[in-house]
Amino acid sequence: MGIKILTEHINVPGIETLEVYRKHGGYRSVEKALKTMTPDEVVEEVKTSGLRGRGGAGFPAGMKWSFLAKPEGVPRYLVCNADESEPGTFKDRVFMEKNPHALIEGMITSSYALGANTSYIYIRGELLFVLRILEKAIAEAYAAGLLGKNILGSGYDLDLHVAPGGGAYICGEETALLESLEGKRGNPRNKPPFPAVKGLFQSPTVVNNVETIASVPWIVNNTGAEYAKIGIGRSTGTKLISASGNINRPGVYEIELGVPVEEFIYSDEYCGGIWKGKQLKAVVPGGSSVPILPADLIMKTAAGEQRLMTYESLSDGGFVSGSMLGSGAFIVFDEDQCIVRNTWNYARFYHHESCGQCSPCREGTGWMERVLHRIEHGHGHQQDIDLLVSVAKQIEGNTICPLGDAAAWPVASAIRHFREEFEWHIKHPQEATAPGAVYRGQLAAATV
Amino acid sequence: MAKITFDGIEVEVEDGTTILQAARKIGGDVVPPAMCFYTPLKGSGGKCRVCLVKVTQGSARDPRPMPKLVASCITPVQDGMVVENTTNEEVLNARKGIVEMLLINHPLDCPVCDQAGECDLQNLSYEHGVSATRYEEPRRTFDRVDLGPYIQLHMTRCILCYRCVYTADQITEKRVHGVLGRGDAAEIGTYIENVIDNDFSGNVIDVCPVGALTDKTWRFKNRVWFTKPLNAHRDCPTCSGKVTLWGRGDTVLRVTARKDEYAEVEEFICNTCRFDKKEMTDWTIEGPRHIDRGSVISANHYELPVVNVPIVPNLPKSTVKKMPTE
Amino acid sequence: MIQNAFKFSDKALAEIQRYISHYPEGRQKSALLPALHVAQAENNGWVSPEAMDAIAEILNIQPIEVYEVATFYTMFNLKPVGKHVLEVCRTGPCCLRGADQMIETFKQKLNIEEGETTADGMFTLKPVECLASCGTGPMLQVRETYYENLDSEEAVDQFIEMMRNKEVETPEWAK
Repeated sequence: MGIKILTEHINVPGIETLEVYRKHGGYRSVEKALKTMTPDEVVEEVKTSGLRGRGGAGFPAGMKWSFLAKPEGVPRYLVCNADESEPGTFKDRVFMEKNPHALIEGMITSSYALGANTSYIYIRGELLFVLRILEKAIAEAYAAGLLGKNILGSGYDLDLHVAPGGGAYICGEETALLESLEGKRGNPRNKPPFPAVKGLFQSPTVVNNVETIASVPWIVNNTGAEYAKIGIGRSTGTKLISASGNINRPGVYEIELGVPVEEFIYSDEYCGGIWKGKQLKAVVPGGSSVPILPADLIMKTAAGEQRLMTYESLSDGGFVSGSMLGSGAFIVFDEDQCIVRNTWNYARFYHHESCGQCSPCREGTGWMERVLHRIEHGHGHQQDIDLLVSVAKQIEGNTICPLGDAAAWPVASAIRHFREEFEWHIKHPQEATAPGAVYRGQLAAATV
Repeated sequence: MAKITFDGIEVEVEDGTTILQAARKIGGDVVPPAMCFYTPLKGSGGKCRVCLVKVTQGSARDPRPMPKLVASCITPVQDGMVVENTTNEEVLNARKGIVEMLLINHPLDCPVCDQAGECDLQNLSYEHGVSATRYEEPRRTFDRVDLGPYIQLHMTRCILCYRCVYTADQITEKRVHGVLGRGDAAEIGTYIENVIDNDFSGNVIDVCPVGALTDKTWRFKNRVWFTKPLNAHRDCPTCSGKVTLWGRGDTVLRVTARKDEYAEVEEFICNTCRFDKKEMTDWTIEGPRHIDRGSVISANHYELPVVNVPIVPNLPKSTVKKMPTE
Repeated sequence: MIQNAFKFSDKALAEIQRYISHYPEGRQKSALLPALHVAQAENNGWVSPEAMDAIAEILNIQPIEVYEVATFYTMFNLKPVGKHVLEVCRTGPCCLRGADQMIETFKQKLNIEEGETTADGMFTLKPVECLASCGTGPMLQVRETYYENLDSEEAVDQFIEMMRNKEVETPEWAK
């Protein structure tokens, strides 16, 4: 059992109430930061901790904070990105639902560090039931003097609000999120200017993922140096992993970064192995947009080294033989899963979620979905495979926001690692479209 | 001031100028195309991606290249920046790919489209497109709708540049149309049948880079390359009254704003000038309008015959044209 | 043309005002998404043009600004729907655990296709993308509640039976 920073008390009965939460040491970081530290000292601790953004990009949080522009007389905002929509990711929902005060505590401490006097939690609209939980907890915090004017007599004021989305994956992109928070369509903004200069309501803004913000209290309580001791290298701290797919124990696990992938899949502490005694075929280790890896490459890097649950190890080998930790959504495929069908499913998702603002993504995501749909349903041509690779390349890197890349990578990586399976679908349409049919030719070599 | 090198050509521009505007200062063939950016419209640009360029050196201070291609229409220059457009294979390939994307849902109905001959997408495809398509899936189609008595929306042709939305936002008092839906199902519309009724609504026709928004008073009247453009003005209480008339003989077939070589209007005009003043007698004629854009109209200049400079001296520069034999 | 006259209840208006108060002066448009959620809850699960016009008036914005936003976000139903809208997750992780079969079962049991409403007006089957419940898929959402692990025909049967006798839930602010 590794150290639990975020989930230590998550299953304590009544932890969603202020009373129980405080009994378990809750809001200590607010006391400590507001009464004994300057905002810059808090920022420094977060920098020292090496905490990286937990939403997917993995950008150092302290550095992001230090980019925030601080012009005189202009309000600054902290916005929490709780628009968790990446397929495979459900850690933030579970966390907020069970332990809302932990996020609120993080919001207060982080807002203080950034000098924000109004902060927002933007939560995806589907999670209105979690919004109610958060609002209830916020009301408790106001009543206890932890929010509002002159928090705990420190002279620091903070208002905290929750805002719902309306069903749009793209609003997880930080500038689309800000547009949505302003009551507009979730079209990502052109950058520059970056949110750190012109964000919400044209004011300097930091947007951080739920898990990132919720990690701050521990860092304040225990120092950034202590946090940096957890994990391996530049992957410091713990990470919530959403484990799903064909495993015995799906769920959210807090791991110390550095756990071997093999242990994560097979240990009873985590996924508990592949369900129904089946073989492992592939894993998407960081949410639907990161490259899929066949069983052999998820266990070991191309160089034969053991693959670890860290930012660096999972991306070892680049996109040729590696993937990404992303948002920590670990999706496991057993031997009976069809990669073509899954790739079409993901392509449909990105087609459905493209905002339609810039042309390569708007047109390209639909194109890929339609071609994949044809292949999956027995109407593919051999040249379709190269066409998909080409269309993916035409989208990648040429769009306003990363959704284009997110749509291109799963298609390109599935073809890279499972090309035979695509070819089989095209060559044997009748066999491939029979119920339950799965190509097993590549399985023997790929399974571990 | 910032000095940049664009396709090997040095140019000095004001700080804050975009790469595209710097390239336009150089002019000629190196200028990246633009399908969504429109100088008079604040906030436009960044969407169509055809103006992508490669920044091989970020600035004198930080010479690292930018990792991705950038949209030249929204990226400000830095002193010492080095940019490649027509000299960069990656840029040309990306642009070709984007033109292909723009065309997969665009009908090739140019023979019956009023925009043909002055269509930015037509020009773009001619320069960067490929003659055959790799797209064999169903295409997006819409019914034509009338947005009031003067404007027709042919959504099937739209490339979602948002220019008409910015126009309605910025030069009319009350915007009633916008972008509805999302992704490739997004469309320009009014949601519930609404008439675009405003003194300046006709300008959405001028800003449209394709034939999605057309002038109903001009519909199927003629082909643009058969009509003669004239600069004209009238004393208009609503707008500047400075327009271009398009006609044959003494018949005014169409009135538009005056546009520069990048198809950007010089001054927006009102609906009365555009739709109601269709008699030569309504106007004071200033003279022929030279069309500098890369469209077929420019191949049809009539101000003066194609000339050989030494024979007829002191001609305005705009009328000089190279003889094929030169 | 059917007129769907629409008027917000006092509680609904108060809820929208509460959201408006969260934003700086002049930024009341920010309350648009919450207002659309309120309108949908007040209007039998869908947002009519009249409801959107009412929102535009409250927020002091043009109606087109409301239409643009309402058509962008997929949670807002712009046509009448059944009493219970079954928002079934159809995305990859749920499919690994049988979402395709669950959706098929719903189609057969309810005798409708995706996007359709049963003849008795009880159910609308609406496929949606990932609902952040991948560990407990296949799953679906009805209003503000998640129903998880619907991984067998029996589970679907039980769910349908239970919903037939269930009243539409009242949102927190309307209680």
